[in-house]
Amino acid sequence: MKELAWLVPALPLVAWAVILLVGKRLPDGGAPVGILAVAVGWVISLTILFGVIGGADAYHTGTSWAPIGQDFEIPLGMTVDGLAAVLLVVVTTVSLFVQIYSVSYMRGDERYTLFFAKLSLFTAGMLIVVLADNLLLLLVGWEIMGVCSYFLIGHWWEDPANARAAVKAFLTTRVGDLGFMAGIFVLFWAAGGFEIERIVDGVESGRISSATVTLGAALLFCGAIGKSGQFPLHTWLPDAMAGPTPVSALIHAATMVAAGVFLVARMYPVFEASGAVLNEIAIIASITMLIAALLALVQDDIKRVLAYSTVSQLAYMMAGLGVGGYSAGVFHLFTHAFFKALLFLAAGAVIHAVHSNDMSEMGGLARAMPVTFGTFLVGALALAGIAPLSGFWSKDEILTDAWLATSRGVAQVVFVAGMVTAFLTALYVARMLWLTFGAAYRGQGHPHEAEAGILFPLVVLAVGAALAGFVGLGDNSISTWIQTPLLPSEGPATLNLGLIVAATAVALLGLLLGTALYRRGLPEREYLERLPLVWTTLQHKYYLDDLYERGLVRAVAGALAPATYWFDQRLVDGAVNGAGLGTRRLARGLRYVQSGQAQWYAAALFLGVVGIAVVVTQLVGR
Amino acid sequence: MPLLYPLVFAAFLFSIGVYGVLARRNAVMVLMSIELMLNAVNVNLVAFNAYLRDQLVSGQVFALFVIAVAAAEVGIGLAIVLLIFRNRETVNIDEVDLLRW
Repeated sequence: MKELAWLVPALPLVAWAVILLVGKRLPDGGAPVGILAVAVGWVISLTILFGVIGGADAYHTGTSWAPIGQDFEIPLGMTVDGLAAVLLVVVTTVSLFVQIYSVSYMRGDERYTLFFAKLSLFTAGMLIVVLADNLLLLLVGWEIMGVCSYFLIGHWWEDPANARAAVKAFLTTRVGDLGFMAGIFVLFWAAGGFEIERIVDGVESGRISSATVTLGAALLFCGAIGKSGQFPLHTWLPDAMAGPTPVSALIHAATMVAAGVFLVARMYPVFEASGAVLNEIAIIASITMLIAALLALVQDDIKRVLAYSTVSQLAYMMAGLGVGGYSAGVFHLFTHAFFKALLFLAAGAVIHAVHSNDMSEMGGLARAMPVTFGTFLVGALALAGIAPLSGFWSKDEILTDAWLATSRGVAQVVFVAGMVTAFLTALYVARMLWLTFGAAYRGQGHPHEAEAGILFPLVVLAVGAALAGFVGLGDNSISTWIQTPLLPSEGPATLNLGLIVAATAVALLGLLLGTALYRRGLPEREYLERLPLVWTTLQHKYYLDDLYERGLVRAVAGALAPATYWFDQRLVDGAVNGAGLGTRRLARGLRYVQSGQAQWYAAALFLGVVGIAVVVTQLVGR
Repeated sequence: MPLLYPLVFAAFLFSIGVYGVLARRNAVMVLMSIELMLNAVNVNLVAFNAYLRDQLVSGQVFALFVIAVAAAEVGIGLAIVLLIFRNRETVNIDEVDLLRW
């Protein structure tokens, strides 16, 4: 079955082309094509994962894509190991159910067919990243996702705010991608090839100097910062909520933002070889998880709460990787995909029902939408880390790894930040639950339960969100599946009872405090507004957006852009136009030579002959 | 006979031809001047043939070829002049200047 893994990204790619070309003539706007493609990929992925669980070896195949010269080629290949198998299942599962959900959610949208085409292309991009055996191919998938993200955020581009959010997401991730590309070139230059295996070999054998490894890893991490919304490039992710809700679920929760975490996991031997970069990852992740969790506490838009929660949870994964918990980070990526996709889709159902993103216009929806509430509750409690739901196990594993690594200074930071974040997470989860589903309904209209096409994915994902954590238990757990020969074996996760009690206590404390504060469904202003400094800082998102707007955007748009515009218009275009204009002017003068007088021509001919004769006899003749 | 005489004669003949081609307005006279230039060449060919005592008399053979080509050329040239005269009632070559800027 592993030989067929290439079909998993290939099918959505084909589906994209089919939907784009003839989608409007197909039944239901071509949506079944995309669903069928990813469903087949889902079955293949599951088979591969079960093979891995059964102890199958990693499979690698490749060919030369573009040979250049004698000894250099651009490779094209795939690696199907445990890590790829786990990610394949995550991506295809989420994509499948998001697409099923979208059939109901997006019905009647004027760009319905195009929406499904973009979803298919996006899925293909992520799957290419997952399977790529070399950094160049990985970059291809990475960029496909980047551009699809741009298209999908701007799906309703008629509203200028959405178009701006799309541009912001694209440009912000581009900042990180610049570092990513530089990192690829550094590692390519040092290892002599793009293949991940060769790079890792070079690092492990010490052929690549440690300074180069550190530089390459730090630059690669820049890409991960951009894509996975880590501080200081996290600002695009909340704005990306301008896209339709299924997009938020698929891209900005479960898959694309996970690509940065996946990149670090895939290149983990390289990162591990450089302690400095691992520390950097841990520090940045600690900062990110805290500031994002605090911001999630003051958002009124339910999707923005989830967006900041995503940023915070991605930082959790990064922190796990940063303290040496390779399998813990990937495990959290796995569980998070389920419960965050579920939360977004359920939030979409709520938004559909009340026609507003604003939680101050919700409330009391538990009675009106019992199924949505039930699934949302499962996702929310999983996010808060309540046993035995999935989020608890993976979060606990990260905290355990941080605890065990406390000999390193950063691990202490990560542990404290992780504990505080766990508390804050429970707090904003409680706030979100009470404001949305608790107390009395505050909006206009009559909210009603969503239709079956929306509820079905919710229920399936709720089951996943509840049970996904159990893959981390036992001897043959996820940490065994994703083990590669190049990493020191971690063995099954150790359960530290004291930590479990502490983490659960912190989470419960957060939930209880949240319940006490928001039980009556009042907006939080009542409480946090009493701390004016904290309140304004959080309202302004730590002034980061203002800083970027005033400092970077204005500098670029105010001075750099006109300068380059002048350069392009005057110098580059001037040279091109000048060549044309000069030729015309010259020709306008020279045309009078063509007088139509045959005798003039003859005279010129004779003179020319005489001239040539003189030259020949005087110069050549000697 | 020294070689110089026919050469000077041919140069003289050629110069008259050049003058005629460049200066005469009548197209028929221009054609005739071209004939003069060709014949100057013929004189040169025959003179050098005699001077070098060529066994294959290639100079004279060439002269015959030139005469044949000149006849063909003058036939076409006169036909063109005739057509120009029919269309425009003039054979002044400087009035035939449609192909210009």
